[in-house]
Amino acid sequence: MRKSIVKVEPVKKATNRRQFLKLGGMGVVGAGLLVACSNDDNGMGMMPDPDPNPNPDIFDLGQGDLGVLNYAYALEQLEADFYTKVVNSFYGNISDEEMQVLTDLYYHEVNHRDFFKTAITAAVDGNTDLVLPTLEFDYGDLDFNNREQVLTTASVLEDTGVAAYNGAGRLISDPGYLLLAGKIVSVEARHASAIRTLLNPGSADFAGDDYVTTDTGLAAALNPSEVLAAVGDTGFITTPFTANNLP
Amino acid sequence: MDIIKFLDGFTNETLLEGKPSRRDMFGTLGSLGKKAMLSAIPFGLATMPIKTFAQDSGSDPVSALQLALTLEYLEDEFYDLALQSGVLPSGRPETVYMQISKHEQAHVDFLIAGLEGAGVTPVEKPTFDFTAGGAFDPFNDNGVGQETAYAQLLALAQAFEDTGVRAYKGQAGNLLGSDFLTPALQIHAVEAMHASEVRRLRDLKGWITNNERGAGMPEATQAVYNGEENVVQGGVDVTTLGNDAPFSMEASTEAYDEALSGDDAVAIASLFIVSE
Repeated sequence: MRKSIVKVEPVKKATNRRQFLKLGGMGVVGAGLLVACSNDDNGMGMMPDPDPNPNPDIFDLGQGDLGVLNYAYALEQLEADFYTKVVNSFYGNISDEEMQVLTDLYYHEVNHRDFFKTAITAAVDGNTDLVLPTLEFDYGDLDFNNREQVLTTASVLEDTGVAAYNGAGRLISDPGYLLLAGKIVSVEARHASAIRTLLNPGSADFAGDDYVTTDTGLAAALNPSEVLAAVGDTGFITTPFTANNLP
Repeated sequence: MDIIKFLDGFTNETLLEGKPSRRDMFGTLGSLGKKAMLSAIPFGLATMPIKTFAQDSGSDPVSALQLALTLEYLEDEFYDLALQSGVLPSGRPETVYMQISKHEQAHVDFLIAGLEGAGVTPVEKPTFDFTAGGAFDPFNDNGVGQETAYAQLLALAQAFEDTGVRAYKGQAGNLLGSDFLTPALQIHAVEAMHASEVRRLRDLKGWITNNERGAGMPEATQAVYNGEENVVQGGVDVTTLGNDAPFSMEASTEAYDEALSGDDAVAIASLFIVSE
């Protein structure tokens, strides 16, 4: 189950950064995680720092509901950016159905992204220092003209998004934010199902045994540190930020 | 626990007054007979005290889980009967129903184990009537013919899955701070994955546009979709966030699924539950 979430097979990203992130992720387990970072390894592998944001030059998602909202905003930024690139240059010979699905996903994720920016900004009374900045992305040698690579990446992003919201729900204390997360995660799950069927038509993959445990019928749920480690592995997010105050 | 008492716990004055939307839901479906109209009246409303359930059991998380179990019983039996009916074409439809059936059975077992583990007696499985008093014949038991029966099998599956998504979402707040929140969210996501696939099997989008129930869905299922047209999220009208397509009414409603109250979920499930 974990494997499909962590690995984006078709993508080969700058090796040095990916290995660095893996090592870095290991080193700070429990204290948080540096998601993406320059090759400057200050502080990595050291003991957890009691300071909630030991490196003020790097944005930290924050704690509590704000941390979860910023975390969701990061994931929505990634999804929105990815689908923007997909729809701006569809792979060749795309079917009408696939174009419709990917276009809708682009609409939905852009809507989610801009919603989070507005909602978080409102939640912190306009103190934009507390709002995750606009992130930058690099897809390495992912070939946006390759159907298999685009759909596989979309599938990983949607599966990961669902697991992320599922795992983050318990970290939310405000019922209103919990409801909002619920409104979004089911749409992400609808996406995940559709993409899975595009990849393997006529199969049981829409809610496959690789993602839904067969004995309990539960979809994946992951902690922020697990999700961010997986996202870090892709190398897609190039703007550094930390999640030192989320599990 | 008695299912009738449990369901009564969700009734309130609004239902007692005969909420128009609920009556319309059944009254406007041409093929629904008077029998179905009768079955649509909430259980024991005239005779049973409305707070029975609340007195019988404890906290909000428990009632949330009991409601979830009731809906899972319904889905589980529906898919079992569908697979036994011979109505489903082999290939994708059968594959899809088998996978969903496996999950619904697992959800029933999981919720029963969870409730018992918490020292609570799970609600008993109700007696279901998937004809809704004669309105449908999804298993072709009454000879409506395979084609029509299959169309109804798909339509009911869509209604049940979309209801499940909304119902779990509506109960999340009641599970806040409970160990059951995460598993409930995990089930919620699975219901959404099912819903998307069943909708796509019906040649619809996997997501809900405005409050549209979609082509071929009986008008009786409209209650499942009412409210999905909402565009105000967390106090923000998301259609005002931009001028381009991602912020259209269509995209803005598709991008967010809406919750269903316990009362509304029970009203929908009640259509298919036989009052003893």
